[in-house]
Amino acid sequence: MSVRYRKERLDRGIKARCEDIFALSSYREMLYLLLPRVLPVIALLSLPLLKGVVGLYWEKVLVVTCAIALLALSWDLMASVGLVCLGQALFFGAGAYLTGFLNHSFGWPPFLTIPLGTLGGALFCTLLLLPVLRLRGIYFAIVTLTLPLLLARFIETTKILGGNVGMSGLSPLPGIWFELYVPVVALLICLFGFRRLINEDYGLVLQGIRDNDRAVMSGAINIYKLKAQAVFIAGVAGAFAGAFMTHYYQFVGMPAFALDYSILPLTCAVLGGVGSFAGPTLGAFILVPLSEILRAFGTLRVVFYSTILIICVVGLPEGIFHYIQRKYHQFERLVEVG
Amino acid sequence: MTTSILVYGLVNSVILALIAMGFSLTFGISGVANFAYGGFYLLSGYLTWMLLNYLGLPFALAMLITVAVAGLLGFLTYWVILLRVRGIALSEVIATFALGAGMLEFFRWMGFVTYEFTLPCFMKGRVEIFGVPLDYQRLFIIGIGLALVIFLYFFTHHTRIGLSFRGIAQNERTAISLGIESDWTAALSLALGSAMAAVAAIAILPLGIISINVGYDVLLIAVAVGIIGGLESVPGILIGSLILGYAQVITGMYLAPEWMMVVYLAAIVLVLAIKPSGLFGKFKELEERV
Repeated sequence: MSVRYRKERLDRGIKARCEDIFALSSYREMLYLLLPRVLPVIALLSLPLLKGVVGLYWEKVLVVTCAIALLALSWDLMASVGLVCLGQALFFGAGAYLTGFLNHSFGWPPFLTIPLGTLGGALFCTLLLLPVLRLRGIYFAIVTLTLPLLLARFIETTKILGGNVGMSGLSPLPGIWFELYVPVVALLICLFGFRRLINEDYGLVLQGIRDNDRAVMSGAINIYKLKAQAVFIAGVAGAFAGAFMTHYYQFVGMPAFALDYSILPLTCAVLGGVGSFAGPTLGAFILVPLSEILRAFGTLRVVFYSTILIICVVGLPEGIFHYIQRKYHQFERLVEVG
Repeated sequence: MTTSILVYGLVNSVILALIAMGFSLTFGISGVANFAYGGFYLLSGYLTWMLLNYLGLPFALAMLITVAVAGLLGFLTYWVILLRVRGIALSEVIATFALGAGMLEFFRWMGFVTYEFTLPCFMKGRVEIFGVPLDYQRLFIIGIGLALVIFLYFFTHHTRIGLSFRGIAQNERTAISLGIESDWTAALSLALGSAMAAVAAIAILPLGIISINVGYDVLLIAVAVGIIGGLESVPGILIGSLILGYAQVITGMYLAPEWMMVVYLAAIVLVLAIKPSGLFGKFKELEERV
């Protein structure tokens, strides 16, 4: 009879030591904790400096990547409350259209329209989703999938906000450094802010709603209020992406509600690993540059995202980030099963 | 005017019901929200078109093959993809959604977007009903819709497979303990839902050209009707499509045809705000959803 093995995973000693205040005892342990957090920050902040090396085209890709990563983060935050959203384009479109409208009609500068568009867009989405928050799981997914499509139709039909032509000739952003650093900084704030938020008491209650909303309700907590707050916070991240991109492209139109903005953040989150916020960001930084390389294929790119989604959901439900995290914290060995 | 609203409202309602039935059937039995529904619908349309124009098959044979292929693909979707993520609602939704979007965008990439893509009507010509001209195709649609409802009723009440479908829908664990295979039933439900999408496609697509956006519209319609009527109940689907169908035709007549899609949004938001489980939602649904 052949000998059978199973894989055993053990925490590295350094991880066990670092979980306590003793982490401060040696540089090695401090670096163990700090490097995974500081390195990506430094990398992100230095990417815009490479402007002269990689060319403006790839800096453009960086901005788009940050926007998609913000959408993926907002997806992940909603998923941590148990709200599976298939229409992140709703947030993107709401922020984009409000910003575009304020700039186009009143001629307000980007310093005013972007914050207003962000907050207003998030508020609009929260109000729109308010009746839907009573639904759970699949039903919420169904409704959020349809909402951006229907809103696009609504704008097309009623011909408000520029109809299917959109609004062009909006004010440009002031300066290239502003263009490059604002999305990067916003992404970093969102990433670390969300990570902190979800580990606070407040975030624990949010995760409780995902795991068992009845139990949270029986703790005399109004889950609809919390869900609405979570949607608003997620909406701010998503609407900011829309608001910023509006001024970046100096145009807002029907593509703001396009399926790309729903399916791409979702793919990033699933590829990178759901529930860690770092995963979706990682996913965005893998997928968006990749899809730029594949730009020649046109709409076949959506087929490509879909294939990745199906493969990841079925075959690698864990996601890249969790895999890396596991390798970093634990070592594996084969143990004889007997 | 009134009679034409009555007649065309009925036709429109039957179209909506035909579209929504396959989606809600699958969901009602296996709890899988088949977001690839629009993909299957459009796939059936293009498959029939290709069978007719490339292979030159007779229309009846092409229809049969299309329905069979759609059913088989639905079955395979479950067996290859969904079986592995069964019970994880999030993964099911993402997988079917990706599958549907992938199918639709693949057809867009293939260039299936021009005006030559139309399916032939079953029979040309028209009749007058209460002074309203109505072409045979729309009559056929009403006939097919009725036939499908009657077939479904007998299928789910008087055949072994149909009864096992209902058993799984009511209480999966009890049904399993009585020897009904859960996975097999769910796969069959997906096959049946996809086959119904094919039937709907073959009946409805001759009314216009086949375009990619139809695929997304179909999903919207299926969802809107399901939300208004309550997703799992057949009477709910019928009433929901009657309400939506007539509301659409009336807005189309008195406002403008472009407003017809806006009716869905208004109806969904209204129903969700007033009665989130749908007008005919049962208690079990209420518990699951609210």
